[in-house]
Amino acid sequence: MGQTSGLTPVLTAHWDEPDSYKIEGYRRHGGYDAVAKAFAMGPDSVISLVKDSGLRGRGGAGFPTGLKWSFVPQNDGKPHYLVINADESEPGACKDIPLMMANPHSLIEGIIITAFAIRANHAFIYLRGEVPHVYRRISNAVREAYAAGVLGKNIAGSGFDLDVVVHAGAGAYICGEETALLDSLEGRRGQPRLKPPFPAVAGLYASPTVVNNVETIANIPSIINGGVDWFRSFGTEKSPGFKLFAVSGHVNRPGIYEAPLGITMRELLEHAGGVRNGHKVKFWLPGGSSVPMLIEEHLDLPLTYEAMAEAGTMLGTGTPMVFDETTSVVRAVTGWLKFYKHESCGKCTPCREGTWFITDLLTRFEAGTGKVEQLDTLNQLCGQIMGRSFCALGDAAATPFPAAMKYFRDEFIAGTETAADFMFDPQKSMMLPVVTR
Amino acid sequence: MIDTKTLDELREIAGRYPQARSGLLPMLHLLQSVQGHVSSEGIAACADILELTTAEVTGVATFYTMYHSEPQGQHHIGVCINPGCAILGGDAVYAAVSERLGIDHDEVTADGKFSLERIECQAACTHAPAMTVNWEFMDLVTPESAVSTIDKLANGETVESTRGPVVGTWRDTARVLAGFDDGKTDEGVAADELMLAGLKRAKELGMTAPNMTNGASHAEAGQ
Ligand SMILES: Cc1cc2nc3c(=O)[nH]c(=O)nc-3n(C[C@H](O)[C@H](O)[C@H](O)COP(=O)(O)O)c2cc1C
Ligand code: SF4
Ligand code: FES
Repeated sequence: MGQTSGLTPVLTAHWDEPDSYKIEGYRRHGGYDAVAKAFAMGPDSVISLVKDSGLRGRGGAGFPTGLKWSFVPQNDGKPHYLVINADESEPGACKDIPLMMANPHSLIEGIIITAFAIRANHAFIYLRGEVPHVYRRISNAVREAYAAGVLGKNIAGSGFDLDVVVHAGAGAYICGEETALLDSLEGRRGQPRLKPPFPAVAGLYASPTVVNNVETIANIPSIINGGVDWFRSFGTEKSPGFKLFAVSGHVNRPGIYEAPLGITMRELLEHAGGVRNGHKVKFWLPGGSSVPMLIEEHLDLPLTYEAMAEAGTMLGTGTPMVFDETTSVVRAVTGWLKFYKHESCGKCTPCREGTWFITDLLTRFEAGTGKVEQLDTLNQLCGQIMGRSFCALGDAAATPFPAAMKYFRDEFIAGTETAADFMFDPQKSMMLPVVTR
Repeated sequence: MIDTKTLDELREIAGRYPQARSGLLPMLHLLQSVQGHVSSEGIAACADILELTTAEVTGVATFYTMYHSEPQGQHHIGVCINPGCAILGGDAVYAAVSERLGIDHDEVTADGKFSLERIECQAACTHAPAMTVNWEFMDLVTPESAVSTIDKLANGETVESTRGPVVGTWRDTARVLAGFDDGKTDEGVAADELMLAGLKRAKELGMTAPNMTNGASHAEAGQ
């Protein structure tokens, strides 16, 4: 296995060049070379290679990418579609948006190779609507790719045609869920569909469709160029490869750190300048508000899909958020529940009603007016939502409270008498930047 | 009345997709750029082009938070109040901005210049506390810097996004999201300091990814 504590810029390697987002900047470092290689290999060999690489989806669930592609039926006479999930709206996740701003061509090149492999002639990039500058950068990259002949008809004389459409969403976290995304892309309310059938069989316009995360697909060109052994020299057997870790919260140098999977949070923290001076870690989340929180004793665990599962959490989006001892866990959890309540699509009862009940009760503990027996009610409510909702948003909403209770029960008990803001002065957890404009 | 140019552009959007209905979201963005909100005649125009009922289009328009049935401000201000930002100072920023504007969430100032929204995670947590002006990034704000940005906008001064262009109006942004380029791709940095934090550190420590040709790891260097 490759060693794990160093930083390994691959996708981020040239972001410090002023034209990193342009096709000349991308080509200067071998950009679009992988397209010709993939065309020479043929679709089935590309799928096998990606399977062998062990690449797992970077959208949160970690599903093996090559395996997903192999579910697409062949010679079925239907059009196939590739849809890129660029909805990045999970609280704490902030890696796809920077990637598309600084290096959109790695995504476009990945799209060409993926579409070729799954035999799709049409790809869509579903971008959350609230990021116009990313929309500009990605649309510009698509235009440049057409002009360079790597998109459009008969790409590089291969006989393969591909059109890419950039599509802006309009503010709905649920549209990150892949089937809600497809409904939204069909011009409907973004509500999840019943699975099965899975999108690989009946997705966009009821045709076979692969939905992949931005970072997942941006990995593809380097896997084609570097090969399986190279890719597997990063990370572990079950979590091969590298990852864009976006480190945020109470750290001295928040930002994007690209490292092999298996780096520990302590190592990442060191790269990120440590917890802000004079403070220590209280709780941290490996990848978004939808995964259970961990505490200081977990800092030495490797950031892999398997080690996080063993610790009772998930790697999720791999974008760790760190909070120090000045932070009220009750305030944080209540804030996240307000988010899930706001974003619940309303399709199923456990999530639609449950997020209101949980938020209502949590708000009381935040105000210092909770009752001890309501902690049991909260546990029951979470238990009733978990596993009984139509989609994973419901499960996510049932996650923060039980996870916080595991480590910080006392703080919730205190919430029967004392307001969170009184116990933890919000001023003290503020980390206001010196930058002014 | 929806003018013919707009009707043509609505049809153009629908034409980008294998099935026209897929164009509905960007079509609604375009309507907001023209009218400042999604009006009932706008809904009727979409329904007509896509051969849907107005109820179907209304059902979509009301589902998504970026669409507004009431006219919005010339500048739409968002402050992230999701915990990642709220705790680091976002709540204080929101309070300061709300006080400066004299309006609360989902309200518009009497002069129509500003609207305000408590926004959820903007995928800018590394840049917390995060604010947006017409959805352009205003990263790493303080209550003071946020209010000063609003003052500048109120005075008609130029305001630059921290990772993007000189900000236009909320309607200008809506047009971009409808897929009509405004030529501002090259404004703003390729990547800012926080996006480059890891690369900079790797360079300082002499760390690189394993070489593609021989698979040898150079990542130990400098440790
Ligand atoms: C509520 C919810 C929101 C999600 N948001 C995103 C998102 O913004 N981006 C993303 O790639 N996946 C998101 N996912 C996961 C997708 O459903 C899907 O698993 C993913 O796009 C598959 O891509 P991957 O295999 O490349 O990871 C979300 C899931 C849920 C339940
Ligand atoms: S779990 Fe929530 S978001 Fe998912 S379908 Fe049910 S109501 Fe909608
Ligand atoms: S929490 Fe504010 S941008 Fe993510």
